[in-house]
Amino acid sequence: MRGIVKSLATTMSTFIRGPVTRGYPSKHRELPERDRAFPLLLWDKDIDEPFCTGCHACERACPVECMTVLMKDNPSHESQDGNSKRRKIVDEFWIDYGRCMRCNICVEVCNFEAIAMNNTWSGHETSVYDRSDLVMDLPQLMAQSKSDEIQEWVAD
Amino acid sequence: MVVESTPGFETQDLLINVGPQHPSTHGVFRMVLEVDGEIVKDLVPHIGYLHRGAEKLCENNDFRQGVGYMDRTEYLASHNAELSYVMAVEALAELEVPERAQWIRMILCELNRLSSHFMFLGAFGVDVGVFGTPFIYAWREREAIIDLFEEISGDRMMYAYFRAGGLAWEVPGNFEERVREVLVSTRQGMKDFDNLLTRNEIFLARTKNVGIISAEDAVELGMSGPTLRASGVSLDIRKAEPYMYYDQIDFDVPVGTNGDVFDRYLVRLKEMEQSVHIIEQCLARLDDGPIMPERMPRMLRLPEDQEIYVRTEAPRGEYGIYLVSKGGNKPWRLKVRSACLSNLQALKKMSVGQYVADAIIILGSIDIVLSEVDR
Ligand code: SF4
Ligand code: SF4
Repeated sequence: MRGIVKSLATTMSTFIRGPVTRGYPSKHRELPERDRAFPLLLWDKDIDEPFCTGCHACERACPVECMTVLMKDNPSHESQDGNSKRRKIVDEFWIDYGRCMRCNICVEVCNFEAIAMNNTWSGHETSVYDRSDLVMDLPQLMAQSKSDEIQEWVAD
Repeated sequence: MVVESTPGFETQDLLINVGPQHPSTHGVFRMVLEVDGEIVKDLVPHIGYLHRGAEKLCENNDFRQGVGYMDRTEYLASHNAELSYVMAVEALAELEVPERAQWIRMILCELNRLSSHFMFLGAFGVDVGVFGTPFIYAWREREAIIDLFEEISGDRMMYAYFRAGGLAWEVPGNFEERVREVLVSTRQGMKDFDNLLTRNEIFLARTKNVGIISAEDAVELGMSGPTLRASGVSLDIRKAEPYMYYDQIDFDVPVGTNGDVFDRYLVRLKEMEQSVHIIEQCLARLDDGPIMPERMPRMLRLPEDQEIYVRTEAPRGEYGIYLVSKGGNKPWRLKVRSACLSNLQALKKMSVGQYVADAIIILGSIDIVLSEVDR
């Protein structure tokens, strides 16, 4: 009997402790800056073009082969009277979020700091009705960096 | 089978299927019980629902990519699973892991043991029938640990944080402070559980002398971890074959006496106290320094024709990696020695002769993770 009383006392003692539940989804807790949702491409604001050169390094390193990258000659390269130092630039880029295992390897291998893991809630709440909607193309991958929605965190 | 009881009166054994989606089972596990009245006469476990071919996938992936798959074999203690894998690679590549990285790894592995055992306590409480209370309490404490993991690695379950050679990136600046904070709430949580369950008469009635397995049987079946130690065998790989810096750390290995469900619960609870003790010692030894060896090749390649078996003490027992290299940047063969698979073999021995209701508790007390069993 004493054991049961003691265990009831433990339960009772939580009445005076503050609640620990969070009011998700109406309230979102703050995410740590290292939070890893899905990878996003970053936008170079100085030159107004993506950082990504389409070098395929991330595509080759991805364990689940969920990325597809196509490269093209950069139309705004210096040789074409543009202001960019990038001779090659990304043409098309797809990431299948449905397959991505959020391992951060693409971010680690990129030499141009052109890709980062989304550390905002928009990266976590990605439910769609059709699985093919999870295949993100270049404009979708670029949108959040363009509009300054993410503060990317990349390990040094 | 027909059992004769009263002359002229026939009783028949009944086959009951439990799972694979039964809420009381842990993961996608199915067992077929043969019952006579309320007594279990035979039990056949069916596994394989969660087989993903993780070992084979790792053979097609280099040593950095493989870490992610290890997470998914043991999703409740991913740090521990990653550890065995990277230790095997490091041993073959003859990499010297920097001291700081080793201490951080030890802290994270012990924290993961805590979070995993909290998960056990919660789920086990539900199995025993204490409804939601312990489950939610366990969740509360586990959440604090998982939040810390998220601040460090960026993910709540699949950390992918260990690398062959060290760690993927440095821990945040307030790491020590945060670990100390988490230990405070963990201590409180353990005390709550102790008060809630350990001497609770209803809990004792349900768990004492249920699902006994003797030390000899446990060893014969290849059991390991807390499930083995509850039967009175003091085998902890951290003590028996110290890896990392466990030989410089002072801690006890709690063992049970009876080998029943209650002992398996108690051993885990006591083990958590030791984990807290270990983490405190590690924090005191933590120093500044690099977290990766100097001169790491961009793509790690292993020497030809080498093989190794590395085992570590994961929360559920011996988590071993057998790695065969024929050169190149991928394993030629990778085998995961799963603690849960071996522990699960004891289920039949523990359950036969017990009540049906107890079979669920016994399954809970083994604390299996099906993704590790099936891989
Ligand atoms: S994201 Fe980086 S690694 Fe991937 S293609 Fe672009 S530049 Fe190369
Ligand atoms: S996070 Fe990993 S799985 Fe996802 S796209 Fe990058 S490399 Fe591929």
